[in-house]
Amino acid sequence: MRVVIAEDSVLLREGLARLLQTADIEVVDTVSDADALLRAADEHRPDLAVVDVRMPPDYTDEGVRAALVLRRQWPDMAVLLLSQYVEERYAVDLLTGETSGVGYLLKDRVADVTEFLDALHRVMDGGTALDPEVVSQLLVRRQGDPLDRLTPRERDVLGLMAEGRSNTNIAQALVLSDSAVAKHINNIFTKLDIPPTDSSNRRVLAVLQFLHS
Amino acid sequence: MTYMTITATDSDGVRSAPGTALRALWSARTWRATTHLVTGLLIGLASFVGVFLLVAATFTLAPTLVGAVLSMALLLVVNRALTALQRSRFAAFLNLQIQRPAAPVTGEPFVRRTLRGLGAGSTWRQLGYHVLAGVFGVLAGAIAIAVWSAGLTFPLAFLYTQAWGGISLAAGAASTVTGLVLLFAAPWIVRTLAMADAAIAQALLSAESTEELTHRVVTLAASREGVVDAADTERRRIERDLHDGAQQRLTSLAMNLGIARASLADAPEPARDVIAQAHDEAKHALVELRDVVRGMHPAVLDDRGLDAALSGLAARSPVPVRLDVQMPERAAREVEAVAYFVVSEALTNATTHAHASSIDVRVKFERDRLQVTVTDDGNGGADPARGTGLDGLRKRVSSVDGTLHISSPPGGPTTLTAEMPCAL
Repeated sequence: MRVVIAEDSVLLREGLARLLQTADIEVVDTVSDADALLRAADEHRPDLAVVDVRMPPDYTDEGVRAALVLRRQWPDMAVLLLSQYVEERYAVDLLTGETSGVGYLLKDRVADVTEFLDALHRVMDGGTALDPEVVSQLLVRRQGDPLDRLTPRERDVLGLMAEGRSNTNIAQALVLSDSAVAKHINNIFTKLDIPPTDSSNRRVLAVLQFLHS
Repeated sequence: MTYMTITATDSDGVRSAPGTALRALWSARTWRATTHLVTGLLIGLASFVGVFLLVAATFTLAPTLVGAVLSMALLLVVNRALTALQRSRFAAFLNLQIQRPAAPVTGEPFVRRTLRGLGAGSTWRQLGYHVLAGVFGVLAGAIAIAVWSAGLTFPLAFLYTQAWGGISLAAGAASTVTGLVLLFAAPWIVRTLAMADAAIAQALLSAESTEELTHRVVTLAASREGVVDAADTERRRIERDLHDGAQQRLTSLAMNLGIARASLADAPEPARDVIAQAHDEAKHALVELRDVVRGMHPAVLDDRGLDAALSGLAARSPVPVRLDVQMPERAAREVEAVAYFVVSEALTNATTHAHASSIDVRVKFERDRLQVTVTDDGNGGADPARGTGLDGLRKRVSSVDGTLHISSPPGGPTTLTAEMPCAL
C-alpha cells in the first residue's frame, strides 16, 4: 500500500507519515499544497492520497478540488480528505456518481489512532469513511417525513451505515448481533423506500442520496 | 425650540385695550422681563469685557504656545461659567429652559479637553452670545431703564410746571403726554426685547444644533461600526492563531500519544496506563479547544456561510434541531457572525436551562432584514434581566442595529427572534 500525504502543517504532515509508517503503510511522498499533490499523484500513482481540505494559496477548499481532479483522472486512487470542519456538500460532491474509496473525516480524528487507521484501511480497500458529523449534518437537513418513522435504534444504525461501516462493525459499535443489525437495515430500507443492496459501498451511496434528496 | 412660547407662561386676562394696558404695568411678566433686561445689562458688560480681554490675550500670547493654550483654556472656563449664568437668568426671569450641553468627559487630558472645547461649534456660538450680550444686552437693558425712567418721571412734568414754573406749559404738557405714552408702551417694549433676547439665546446657547446632532450620530455610527468590525477581526485572528498553533500542536501530541499507546502494548502496565490516560486527556483537550473556537467564530462561517455553519451547530446539538435557512446569498460578515452567535447561544440555553426536547431554527431574509427565530419546547421562564447570556446576546444584536425579542412564559415555549438590517 502506497500513500501520498498533502498537508500544509509540517507538524501534522510528519505526524501522519509517522503514524502510517508504524502501521506498515508506505508513504511515498509528502507535499504541502494542491499543485504539488497533483504532480506527486501523477508521478507515484499511489493507492491512497490523504488530503487536507484547507491548503495554500487561498486556504479554502483547495484540497476538495484537488481530490475531485484525482478521482476523475485516476478513478482507482482512493482519497481520504481531512478537514478542520465538516461541510456536507463536500461529501456529496465527492460521492457523486459511481465512487469507491472515498473518506471524509475531521482532522481531529487522527488522534484516535486505531479508529483512524480503521477508516483509512476501509477507504484503501474501496470502501467509504464518512465522519459521524457529516452524517448528523445530513440528518439535520432531512428531518421530518420518512425519517420520523425510524425507531431511535434504527436511526443509530442508519448513521453508522452512512459512515460506511460494515454490518459486523455496526454490530460491534452498538453491541448487537449481526442478524439483529441485518434486520434493522432491512426495516430502514423498507421504511425509507430505498432499494436494498448488498455492497456496503452502494448502500452508503443509496443512503446519502436519500439524505441529500 | 420647545420653550419659545414664553408669551404664554402667564396670562394677562381680558384683552380690552385700556384694561390690558393698565394691568400690563404691574403684571409679573412685565417686571420679570424688566429685571431680566437689567441683569442682562450688568452681565453683558462683564462678559463683553471678560471675553474681549481673553480673546485679545490669546492672540497676543499666540507666539508663546503655552500662554495661548492657558488663555484659551481660561476662555473656555469663563465661557462655561457665563453660559451657566445666562441659562439661570433665562430660567429665573423668563421661565425658559435652555438645553444644557453634554457633560465634559471626565479624566480627559487637559490639552485634549481644551482642543475639543475649541473645536466644538457650540463653544463658538456661546462665545458669540456673550459678545452679543455686551452689545445687544447692554443696549436692551439701557432702553428698558430709559423707557421706565422716562415713563415714570415725564408725566410729572406738567405738575412741575404748575408748581415751580420754569418751563412753558406747552412743553410741560408735551413731556407729560410723551411720558404717559412711554409708560404704557414700556411693558410691550421690555417684553419684546426680552423675547428677542430669548430667541437669540435659544439659537446660540442651546447645547447643539440639529446639524451637529446629525453629525454626531453619523460619527458615532461610523465609530461603532469600526468597533464591531475590529472585534470581529479580532475573533477571526484568534481563531486562526488557535488553529495554526495550539490545535495543530495538540492534534500532533494526541496522535503521538496514540501511536505510543498502540505500539507499546508490551510495556509495563503502569506505563501503559499513564500513556492511555495522557492520550485520553489530549483528546479531551482537543475537543474542548475545538468547542471554544466554534463558539467564538468558526472557520466554516467565513468559508461557507451561515447555512453551512448553522447545520454544523444543529448537527452537534444534543437536542434534535430542525433547521430551515432561506437565504438567497451570503449576508454581510458581521451580520452572519451575529446570527450564528444568536443561534449558538439559543441552542445552549434551550439545552442547558430550558431542558428542551426539540428546537426549531429558522433563518429567513425578507425586505432587507434578516430574521432569526429559535423556538424550543422547554420550560420557559428565560429572563434577560437575570443574568444568563441573553443580555449579552441583546447587546451583540444591537451592535448591528438589530432587535432581539424574547417570549418565554413560565412553562414555555421560548421563542427568541432577532431581526437585523441586512443588505444582500
